[in-house]
Amino acid sequence: MGTLQGRDLMEPLDFSAEESEELFDLSMRIMEDPKAYARACDGKLLATLFYEPSTRTRFSFEAAMLRLGGRVIGFSGEQSSSAAKGESIADTVRTVACYADIAVMRHPKEGAPLVAAQSSDIPVINGGDGGHQHPTQTLTDLLTIRKEKGRLSHLRVGLCGDLKFGRTVHSLIKALSRYEGMEFYLISPEELVVPEYARKDIANGNGSRCMELTRMQEALPHLDILYMTRVQKERFFNEEDYVRLKDSYILDANKMKIASPDMIVMHPLPRVNEIATEVDDDPRAVYFKQAKNGMYVRMALLMSLLGVEN
Amino acid sequence: MEVNSIEKGIVIDHIRAGFAMKVLEYLDVDIANDTVAVIMNAASRKYGKKDIIKIENVTDADPAALGLLDHTATVNIIENGKISRKIKLSLPQRVVNVVKCKNPRCVTSIEPSIPHVFRLVDAEREEYSCAYCDEIAKVL
Repeated sequence: MGTLQGRDLMEPLDFSAEESEELFDLSMRIMEDPKAYARACDGKLLATLFYEPSTRTRFSFEAAMLRLGGRVIGFSGEQSSSAAKGESIADTVRTVACYADIAVMRHPKEGAPLVAAQSSDIPVINGGDGGHQHPTQTLTDLLTIRKEKGRLSHLRVGLCGDLKFGRTVHSLIKALSRYEGMEFYLISPEELVVPEYARKDIANGNGSRCMELTRMQEALPHLDILYMTRVQKERFFNEEDYVRLKDSYILDANKMKIASPDMIVMHPLPRVNEIATEVDDDPRAVYFKQAKNGMYVRMALLMSLLGVEN
Repeated sequence: MEVNSIEKGIVIDHIRAGFAMKVLEYLDVDIANDTVAVIMNAASRKYGKKDIIKIENVTDADPAALGLLDHTATVNIIENGKISRKIKLSLPQRVVNVVKCKNPRCVTSIEPSIPHVFRLVDAEREEYSCAYCDEIAKVL
């Protein structure tokens, strides 16, 4: 503990592989004995600055802080903040930093949490900025992979669905590329392929390779992990394109039959219909466990950035 | 073609042929008042053709901005009719308020007080990425 104290978290690679490992170790310890940490953040205040709607990420952060014995203030939705009066992000955060010990920001504009971090002395966590980065989802995903597969290297990872706007996918690619021998199967319609910067992250990785496919079935028998994503309506400019593409990539029990018996299915949630509910009972489906891991990794993150004793 | 030498000012030589106007635009020169000579497609032993810019009485230039535009160009500062300083250009690692981010989803599109910051990500392809949103920009 100590190296992360006072730091911000903007991107998945802000923490070194060793620092991330420490965080995962702490997450596992909390998971095993949550009572031992019930007062770890006693007297600490978390500000949740959510400029766009989110239930899961916000609840996960709030639950994390409350379970550590800390308290939470914040807003959800731009209309309920002073941004509705035209206040800049920098000024809002400078003010919030007078009251809170740590802040998490979600914002529709890419890079907004970086502006917040540059404008204040308290640690700022990026809770998702537009289609750009979502590092705490990435930490959740990495913790889940480490817990379920026992390692974070030499894995064959299929990413399926909206790979263009899906911020969780971009963050995960960037983080996993750092580990040795990763193979990515990028499965998406042509309209929703990964942006150029994500391809660069793979190319610059630690011996990572990637394959781009349009059909999920071709990849399924080869995968250790299948990461499904939602085709998000709010990222489309028109309804017609959304309706045409949303059902293209649905995982069901039949498709699960051709997958490896050891393959795990992950999803950042919320799911719409890209995973049929019949898959939920398959022991390979880990997406609800993933959500719980998210709370534990956020507990570890809050403790580490605040520098509270372990 | 003959252009008189200058007593004091700046001479940017070996600009890629055809790019002089772009360089001038980035230099933020006051073309209504400053004395400026723009020579385009002049013969060059090294490159075949080149552009040259001479600006009288102006000696401050932002090397970061110039390097970004054309790092093969040479910049000579002239004082008392002689070259007093040569600036060697290179692609800058970081440029501030030279390139604007064109990504409509970038925070720079709504937060007017913050600087536009770009970082060099690929020197060979001369590509920069926005420090806020990672949008790739090719400068020329």
